[in-house]
This record gives sequence, C-alpha cells and structure tokens, in this order.
Amino acid sequence: MTIEVKDLKYIYSPDMPGETTALDGVSFDVTEPSIIGIIGHTGSGKSTLLQHLNGLIKPTSGEIYIDGECITDEKKNLTDVRRKIGLVFQYPEHQLFEETVAKDVAFGPKNLGLEEEDIDRRVRRALYMVGLDYDEVADVSSFELSGGMKRRAAIAGVIAMEPAILMLDEPMAGLDPQAHRDMLALIKKVQRDMKLIILIVSHNMADVAELSDRVLVMSKGRIIMDDGPHEIFKRYDELSAMGLSVPPAAEIAQKISKKVKGFESNPLSIRELADDIEEFRRTKR
Amino acid sequence: MAYINVEDLVLEFSKYDENGKPLEPKRALDGVSLSIEKGSFTAIVGMNGSGKSTLAKCLNGLLLPTAGTVTVNGMDTKDGGHIWDIRSNIGMVFQNPDNQLVSSIVEDDVAFGPENLGVEPPEIRKRVDEALKKVDMYDHKDKAAHMLSGGQKQRIAIAGAVAMKPSCIVFDEPTAMLDPAGRSKVMDIIEELNKEGITVVLITHFMEEAAEADRILVMQDGRIIGDKTPRELFADEKYIHEAGLELPPVIELRDMLGMDKKILSAEELAANI
Amino acid sequence: MIRDITLGQYYPGGSAVHRLDARTKIIATLVYIAALFVVNNFWGFLIAAASLFTVIAISRVPLKFIFRGLTAVFLIIAFTFIINLFMVDGRVLWEWKFLSITYEGLQRACFMAVRLVLLIIGSSMMTLTTKPIELTDGLEKLLNPLSKIGVPSHEIALMMTIALRFIPTLMEETDKIIKAQQARGADFESGNLLSRAKALIPILIPLFISSFRIAQDLALAMEARCYHGGEGRTRMNQIRFHRGDAAAAVLLIAFLGVIIASRWI
Repeated sequence: MTIEVKDLKYIYSPDMPGETTALDGVSFDVTEPSIIGIIGHTGSGKSTLLQHLNGLIKPTSGEIYIDGECITDEKKNLTDVRRKIGLVFQYPEHQLFEETVAKDVAFGPKNLGLEEEDIDRRVRRALYMVGLDYDEVADVSSFELSGGMKRRAAIAGVIAMEPAILMLDEPMAGLDPQAHRDMLALIKKVQRDMKLIILIVSHNMADVAELSDRVLVMSKGRIIMDDGPHEIFKRYDELSAMGLSVPPAAEIAQKISKKVKGFESNPLSIRELADDIEEFRRTKR
Repeated sequence: MAYINVEDLVLEFSKYDENGKPLEPKRALDGVSLSIEKGSFTAIVGMNGSGKSTLAKCLNGLLLPTAGTVTVNGMDTKDGGHIWDIRSNIGMVFQNPDNQLVSSIVEDDVAFGPENLGVEPPEIRKRVDEALKKVDMYDHKDKAAHMLSGGQKQRIAIAGAVAMKPSCIVFDEPTAMLDPAGRSKVMDIIEELNKEGITVVLITHFMEEAAEADRILVMQDGRIIGDKTPRELFADEKYIHEAGLELPPVIELRDMLGMDKKILSAEELAANI
Repeated sequence: MIRDITLGQYYPGGSAVHRLDARTKIIATLVYIAALFVVNNFWGFLIAAASLFTVIAISRVPLKFIFRGLTAVFLIIAFTFIINLFMVDGRVLWEWKFLSITYEGLQRACFMAVRLVLLIIGSSMMTLTTKPIELTDGLEKLLNPLSKIGVPSHEIALMMTIALRFIPTLMEETDKIIKAQQARGADFESGNLLSRAKALIPILIPLFISSFRIAQDLALAMEARCYHGGEGRTRMNQIRFHRGDAAAAVLLIAFLGVIIASRWI
C-alpha cells in the first residue's frame, strides 16, 4: 500500500470574505507500513489534510494516489476509498450511536455490504485489536463504558473496516494518564499486527516522538519539514519559532546542556536521555 | 478557621434500574476531609472517576453532601440562604471551553455573572473590562465567542469568573481540551491570579501543572490518599504509581539516574551531573 | 459551508443603525415585514427595496455579507417562485402538456420572490446590526407587559440568547458527525426516501447526545455563575431610547404611509 500526495491545494470559501488557504501545495509519499506523525500549530492544515486523504474534502487542485489509483478523480467511488483508508476523528466516542458496542463496531463493515459472518469476524477481531473483551462488551451499551474504553470502541469501529491506512486525529486528547498509556500501546500494536500505514496528528510531542518512524511538520498549509523524529526534534529553535514544542526529554536535554559544558544529547525519550547522561558521566570520569 | 473546610464528606449518586427501583447508590466521595487556606494554590490529581471533579462541585454547592459538611468562609453549603454568597465567592471554570459560555459576544458573556449578582451597570462595565484585560482578551471583547480558539474561549470563561470578584476560583481540568499554546497561556493566567491573592484549586491530569501548586492532593476511589507539597510528593513516588498517575519527566529522569530525591527541576538536576 | 449562514449573526459596527435601540429595530422589522405583504404592485416593491437599501447603506454592512445569507435559502425562494409560476390561472403565455405559465402567475411569482428576498434581507439586517444580547434584552422588555398575563418574558429572552450562542456550535458538531459517519462508509445520498431517513439515525443520535451534554454542562456553568432567574438581575448595557429612535419612528410611520398609498398607484 502506498500514498502519493501531489501538490495538494485547498481554499476555504473561495471569493468570500472568509477565504483562507488551508493547504498550499502539500506533497509527500509513503511507501512502507510505518507510523507517521504530523505536527503543527492549530490551523496549520493537519486535519484538513487527513480529510482530503479520506475523500471527505475535494482539493481545489492537486492529486492523491492510493496504491497508484487517483482518489481525487471526480468519478472515483468514495466508498472504495474509505474501504482502504480509515479516519478516526478527534473525540471519536462522540460518534457512537448504536445500542450495543458490537452493533456500533459493525456499522462500518455493514456499510461495506459484507456478509453477516464476515461482519461478525471483523467485529471480534477489531475489539480484540483495541484490547476490549468481546464477551464482556459486545452486548453492553457503549454509554456505560469508561472514557478510555469508549474511545477504544470507537477506534474499533474504524479498524473493523480493515483499512490499509489508518489516520488518527489527536487520539490521546483528554485521556487520563492510564488511558493515555493504553492508547499508545494500542496504536503500536495495531500497526505491528495489521502492518498498516498509520498517520497520526498530535500536539503531544512526547507521543509523536515515541510512536513515529517519520515526522511531517506543517505550517501555514505546507509541509516544511519531513524527516525522522531524531532529525526533526534536533531543530529545537526552528520549532519553537513556530510556536511548537519538542518532547519533554529534548527540552530537558537543552536545559542541561546549557548548564553542563560539553554535554550534548538529542533524545526522544527520558530513557534515551538517561542513557546519554550516564554515557557522559562515564567518559568524563 | 481555614477559608474552605471539608469534613468527612460523603457523596452518593442515586442509581435506579430500568423499572425505576432504587439500586445501591454509587459512592463518589467516601469520607473526604481537608481545609484550604485563603490565598493558597492547591492541585488535585487522580485518575478519571477518582472523585476529583465531584469534590470540586461540592466546594461551591453545585453538589450537596450526602453526609459531612462543606463550609466556605464559615457558611455551610447546605444552608440554602448562603448558596449565592458561596457561589459568588468561589468561581468555577470547567473543562469544555465550548459549553460554558452563555452569550454569543465575548463581553456579554463575561458580564453574565455580575449581572446575576445584581451589580450596578457602570460597575459591571468596569469589572468586565478589567477581567478581559487580566486574561489578555480585551481586544477581542466584541468578537463572537464561537469564532475563538479553545484556549481563547477558556480565557473568556476565566474572565467570567474573575468578573464576579471571587476570593477563590476552582478550575476543573481547564487545560484538558486545549493545545499546548492554549494550555501554557491558561496556566500562566492561573498562576498570575494566585499571585494577586486569589485562592486557586486546580484539578488536573498533568503533573507539570500540579507541580506549580503549593500543595497536591492525590485522590483515588473517592478518598484523598496523599496530601503533600510537590517536593514531598515527587520524593516519594509510590503515591503517584498507586494512583495510576505519571511522574513529571524531570522526576522520571532523576529516578532513572538514581539521583537525590530532592531534585525537582532540570537545573537542579544539571548541577548534579 | 455552514459558516455561511448569516441569519442570527452580528456584524460589529458603530453606525446610526447599530446605535438604535433594539426595540426600535424589532418593531421596525415587524412593520417592514407587514408592509411587504401590503404591497401589491411594482412601485410599492421599488419603494420597499429602496428604503431597505438606504438602511443597508447607512449601516455600512457589506452587501457581500448580506447576500451570502441569501444563498442558504435560495432553494426556498426558487421553490416558491416555481409553485406560484404554475399555479395561477389567467392569460396564458406559454403551454406544454399540463403545464402552463400565465401572465398573472409570472407576476405573482416575481412578487413573491422579491417579497421573500426583501423579508430575509430585512430581518437579517436586524440581527446583523444588533448584538444578540441587546436583541434578546429588547425582546424581553417588549414582552414585559405580557408577563402580567403569565408570559415568561425573561425565560423566552434567555432561551433566545442561548439558542443564538449555540447554533454555530451545534452546526459545527453536525458537520463533524456527518463526516465521521461518512468516514465509516455511511451513505446519505443514495437509496429511496425510507433508507435515506434511516441513514440519518447515525447523525441524529450523536447530535442528540451532544446537545444533552452541552445542556448539562451549560446548566452547571450558569449555576456556578449565580444564575437564579430574572429576579434581581441587572444588565451591563441599559437599552434606552435616544433621539435616533424618535427619528427612526417618524421615518417608519412615513414609510408605512407611502407603502399603503402605493397600493393605489
């Protein structure tokens, strides 16, 4: 599965007082199953980009190819597109509506016109993937679940469509620390087991650093950086000039290197920073 | 006597089955006692469902105790005659920035509280302007509330509380739905308000935010399981783990390196390398 | 786009129209709407349109902004036009099978369309030049005499305030829910009427739940801010009649006189 985005432009309410360029020539491609983090200021175009990839918004100009097939084509059947590309919105639990969790998860597969048997298999698998016990939750109303479980059930609803590409918009927003940790683990597991391309939009730099194989930085509707997480978060000054932060580990490393002569570290996690500090102490001795 | 006194507070939510028969009530608070001094900055942390928001709503009488008492400045929240006095003394800012603004236009929303208190119009005008300046939103006073960002809406909500001239403001996860820029701005305002003498009670998931308080209460299953200064709490992380919470990154690093438990900041840590 | 709907929006400004008392504007709008139904010929519409555009010019609200509000209701206007076009008997201008257009029908259709356009522009002028809170305060004051016979004027006004505040929020929420369900393969466009109606369930239920959540949150927030009904409440902005309002009243009476006279032109 590959994604190819070519010079995507999108203008909101053209020729109107509220005219804004949301995407201004976005190009990138993805060829391998991997997790790609997308970061940027609020209003930089991240969510708009995700909605384009899912065919929810038609670009003003430019093309998107999924597996070599152009999805921005006027005649393209969007149900086919959405079969391959799943999109999980921010606070997805707000979209739950069925009487039971199982029925809700089955909503997507049903829209794909699958057989009962196939739907049931997918629902079971999707619930398993997000760490919910089928026998425990299948017949329960989703409104009786805890916040974190609701979110996982909503994600299962998209996973049950068995997409090759999964896009998540702020999947960790508003979760408590425990549910947050669970969600990180879940995303890694889903990517590994289902061999997906995952695009994840987040403001939480620690999460982006921990999850991503590659990071896209967006600003004013453009991709201005596209690199591995180490390389991106090294560019501390450029990011903060844009009003973006770096993972806490990188921020602490910055503060330490200001105080400790000769210390340099470019960590993504606290673990990496601790290793670098120990290494530094050893060499100094 | 302390400004806010909570004694053996128990709060139960009644539950009913499908036929309307009462079930065993759900106990959200299970014997909470604490006192909050005037001008202090208290953070309350805990997992979802630990009872922290319920406790917050008891402080200004939005919820009334099933057992035990809550008094504010000597007034019992159960005494109906004092309820408006209590609420005008204890402002409250909620989590969802969208759902707590009443009026379409920024300044009209800020005026809502003082209007309810029956303040004279010229005085309301003065308070609204001052409050908006305090949260750095004066230039937006004529804007439509729904056009603002989440962080800006939250600042309007804070201005709405400030305009009531409360002596204490309770913040119930005010930054949970904001982006990092919005979060840090809101935290700056909260700290600023506390410096000006307003008592602050901050409920949060974020340990970095709780670390700004004078004192942190750790809640679990409707009880307070820890009541310590940030320095004490972060020196003894068993409370944090027990409550399912997360250590601030610097503390995590300190422990990985096996450094002195007194260390709280990156600078202190650097001095020990 | 949902944001394009201008009805109920406020366009900040300091013009003479903006400064009028909300009550004046509410009454003027009602009189204007009534006048539109008194008019029965070309000249009357010309006078009504000219008066309205004079008011718009004074208010300095950009025309672009006003016409944007019309696009949202274009369908209703077109529908009314077509119905009137084919449904009136008279001198036949054009005929095809069972369809016929008459001179009277064409005239009636044009009048109806113009009437609707002016009505919508006229009422959106009221909301565009009046802060929502002033509008609802004005309404409350106008209804106040009726509170003696049990009309809850304060509650009606508060309900309007909240509705105006949350319409945009709920519209955005609807937009988001529709997109989220579309992303799960929901199809709102094909199938017969029944299956289309059924397709709305995945939108309506989450929207309903959202509304409840908003209502619950808002009720708490209002209580925390000491809301306890209309009694003892004061207002930051006292609405008062000024000289401008007196002038507006004179002009309004003159306008009404001319409009009535226009029937005999």
